[in-house]
This record gives sequence, structure tokens and C-alpha cells, in this order.
Amino acid sequence: MSQPAIKINGVHKHFGALHALKGIDLAIEPGEFFALLGPNGAGKSTLINILAGLITPSAGSVSVMGFDVGRQYQQARQLLGVVPQELVFDPFFNVREMLRFQAGYFGRGRENDGWIDEVLEGLGLTDKAHINMRKLSGGMKRRALIAQALAHKPPVIVLDEPTAGVDVELRQMVWEFIKKLNRDGHTIILTTHYLEEAETLCSRVGMMKQGEIVALDSTTNLLNKFSGKHLRLTLGDVVLPANIQVLVRHDEKGVYTFALSDMTQIEFVLSALRSANIKVLDMQLNEADLEDVFMSLVGRSS
Amino acid sequence: MSALKLTDQVKVGSFRGPWTLLKKELLRFWRVSFQTVAAPVITALLYLLIFSHVLEGHVQVYDGVPYTAFLIPGLIMMSVLQNAFANSSSSLIQSKVMGNLVFILLTPLTHLQFFLAFLIAAIIRGLVVGLCIYLVAMWFVDLNVSNPWLIIAFALLGSAFLGTFGIIAGIWADRFDQMAAFQNFIIMPLSFLSGVFYSIHSLPPFWQKVSQLNPFFYMIDGFRYGFFGKGDVSPLVSLSIVGVSFLVLAWITLKMLKSGYKLRS
Repeated sequence: MSQPAIKINGVHKHFGALHALKGIDLAIEPGEFFALLGPNGAGKSTLINILAGLITPSAGSVSVMGFDVGRQYQQARQLLGVVPQELVFDPFFNVREMLRFQAGYFGRGRENDGWIDEVLEGLGLTDKAHINMRKLSGGMKRRALIAQALAHKPPVIVLDEPTAGVDVELRQMVWEFIKKLNRDGHTIILTTHYLEEAETLCSRVGMMKQGEIVALDSTTNLLNKFSGKHLRLTLGDVVLPANIQVLVRHDEKGVYTFALSDMTQIEFVLSALRSANIKVLDMQLNEADLEDVFMSLVGRSS
Repeated sequence: MSALKLTDQVKVGSFRGPWTLLKKELLRFWRVSFQTVAAPVITALLYLLIFSHVLEGHVQVYDGVPYTAFLIPGLIMMSVLQNAFANSSSSLIQSKVMGNLVFILLTPLTHLQFFLAFLIAAIIRGLVVGLCIYLVAMWFVDLNVSNPWLIIAFALLGSAFLGTFGIIAGIWADRFDQMAAFQNFIIMPLSFLSGVFYSIHSLPPFWQKVSQLNPFFYMIDGFRYGFFGKGDVSPLVSLSIVGVSFLVLAWITLKMLKSGYKLRS
């Protein structure tokens, strides 16, 4: 049980001239809820596909609970459930048939039906179980895709953008179920574009940029490292004094966001505005979030 | 109730995995049996009606064997071969284009298990179509059976050869038009120019030599030998050629699957 759920050692991947992964090292412990973040093209999906055995690394090794995904692929895949990013489905079968087939490929038979019922219920698919996959709506197909990855009750679950393009209600339902699985002992690895999801769900975060991991820490530590506040002022069409322009993180349609390292800077900004005769129309003070961390680490090149 | 137990997770080597894939492949074609079984049976019967109407009494290939009787085994075998190819190739190309092949690639199934499941499903589809044509054709002609073991051996080996060929085509093709090209420019000419409708002894010497390079010819000739006890070449020669061809093709397919050619990168 001391084996990491996922161990990635010095993984490189070249696609022709493109060096997609540049020596990734990462260990994810059993029971973790881990987020892998990064802009498009950072290498997240390549890394997940290597984990799933769909792509062979050019160098390095990857193991799932101690089983190498290349040499011991049968054991490694048995322990892994992967939700692919693309919305794919088999048009010949209904939801329950697909789940039974999927569990069957992993050696599970009728004894697994109770678990399939649990997955169907957890993802709100019970009343769709007998419906053909091609007749499901996009959101339902996405749930069925997640259910398929869970059909063999894998201890390690990888979700590659599982909530891309789905409504808030579905996202809530999916996350409630995934959180329950995590409480039951499943290790969860997630990639998502919704950073607030990663912030609320995941205990640890890895951020990738151009094939490298640029930050790897607990969510709390990352947020603390980038501690600070955001002062959001609605000022209208104005020219800011030069001494506070350096603090502006973002401006759009007369709404300026200032990144402050401590509270005393609030008065500094406000007095500079007063001196310049600029009137504050509205004001908000926010804590830094994962998006700020993400933007400061990877945002500029994305 | 659902708390995770890791103790029983790593169970590999179970037969249930490949059996499930085979069952899924069988159900896949059975769900659309109107298209996958009924349609080829109707096509074969149309060939039978037209060719026997036009040529019966005008052409006699073997002494004492009416042309319609000569034609039936060839038509059965041609349908067996074409449908075995169609089963594995269409299943794979559809799964690739739809993207759902990933669900099989993510499983612990070995390349040999993957191969066997697609192969056996292709053989069964070929045999089901062949058997249906045989049963319907019995209404028209009383067919003699000289050696049932040869019939079974050639039906099995022929459908295995084409089922394997279908797996190769399904792995190689990325689009439906590439698959159609495979079907129209390789499978159709090889099956029509294999002696289904004639004996190759009726051809000029050059075309006889060309026909002997066509593995379909040996499958059809050997299969027909099982009915009439006569053929263009010895059934043992045919059996050896078809058997060796299948083994070579199976070896290539397993190499492709093991390397992940076009399936994994």
C-alpha cells in the first residue's frame, strides 16, 4: 500500500520535432484528489494518454500502483479508469449494455451489476440506462462516458476535462459523485479548465507549461505563495497616475483590478486617485485565487 | 457499501475480457442482421437466379454437375469470405471514426485476445451468412456433399483469412473512403476472379497462371471440392496454401496490434 497511485519518472515525449514533454517527474499518493492544470498544448493530455497506454513515452517510466504501464500494462490498466476528453460513444448499445461490456473487458461479470447501478444512480443515469447511446443528449453522453470509465471500479480515476461544455447542474452532480468516490478511497486525477473547480475539489495541484511542470504543491500552499488581494475599482474612462499603473493586473471597460501585496496599498491607490481627481464609482476587495496563481505562472505564454 | 477494496483489483488472465469483446462484436452485427445477414443472402440468391437462368444448359464445368449446382458452393464461399472481411473491417473503422475504440484500448486485453475476438466474430458472421445461403439454395438444387470435413475446413480457414484481412484493413484505414477502396479494389476483384462462376481451366493459360496467384481461388476450389469431389487443383494443395496464407496474415496482424500501429502512438 506504500506504492504511489501514480509515479511518473523523467518522462519525455517527442512528436517529430516537437518536444511535447520535457522530463516530467510526478508522484500522486493513493487517496489524493489531484489537479493537473495548464493551458492548451501544455502536454496534459499527452501525459494522461501515456498513463493510459495510448501513447508510448520517448523516455522515462510511468507506473500505476507500482505496475509499469508498458511492461505490466494489464495490471496497470486494471487499476486505472480514464475518462477521455472527446465525447465518444458506441451507437449500437444502450447505456447499461455499454457499462456491462466495459466491466466485462476488465474481467467483471454479473457480480459487478450492483456497482453499475450505483454508478448509474450517482451520475443521474438510472432512468436512461435502457436508452441507446446515440439518443442521449450531450450532457447525458458526457455522464455515460464518465460511467464507462468507472464501470470496473478502478482505484485510480483520471478525468480529462470531464465537465468541458456541460451545464452547472451536471457539473455539481458529477463532482458530488467523484468526491464520494474520493472519500471511499479512490485516487482522482483531474484536468480542467474550470480553475475554481480545481481549487475547491483538489488537495494538490500540478501546473504544466510547454511540456514541463512549473508548480507542484498543495492547493493551500500555492494560494499562500501567491497571497495578496485584488482591489477591483470601477473608474470609467480615465488615465491612471503613473505611480499606480504598475499595480494594475487587468483593465477592461473602465474596471481596473489592482494586485496588492498588503492592505496598506489600498490607501496608496485611493489617495493617488484622489490626487488625480478620479472618482471611484464602485469598489470590491477579493482574495487571490488559483486563477491568479495560474495566470502568474503560465498565463503570459498561453 | 461501495467502499473501495483493492484486494481483488488485479485479476488478469481472465477469459471474461476477450469473451466480452467477442460477445459485443457478435451482438453488433446481430443488431443489424437485416443488413449484415439478410442483405448478403438476398444478393447471393440474385446472382444464383440470374446466372443459373442464363447459363444453365449452356455451360457444364464438371461432368454430371449442372451449372446451378456448380455455382452454389462458389456463391456460398464468396459470401462467407466477403462477410467475414466486412465484419471485422467495418467494426474497426466505425469504432475508429466514432472514436469509441478507445474504450477497448484502455482495457487490459492483450493484442492476441483483441485479435481472437474480432477474428472469431468475423468467422461466425461469415458462417452464418454461408449457412443461410446454403439452406435457401437447397430449395433450388439438391446438392451433393462429398466431404463435409473439407467444406468445414475451407469455410473456417477462408473466413479466418478474410476476417484477419479485415482487421488489417480496419487498422490501416483512417476514413470510410479508404475502406471502400480496400473493398472495391482488392476484395471484390479477388473474389470475382477466383472461379466462383467458372472453372479456371476455361481461361487462357496466362489468366490461369494469374488466377493461381489469387488465394481466393484456392478457398473456392477447395470448398467446392468438398461438395463434388473434384476441382481445379488438389484440395490438400489448396488447404496448405490457404492455411499458410492465413498464418502469415495472422502473424502480420499480431505484429501490427502488438506495435500499436495506427492505434497507439
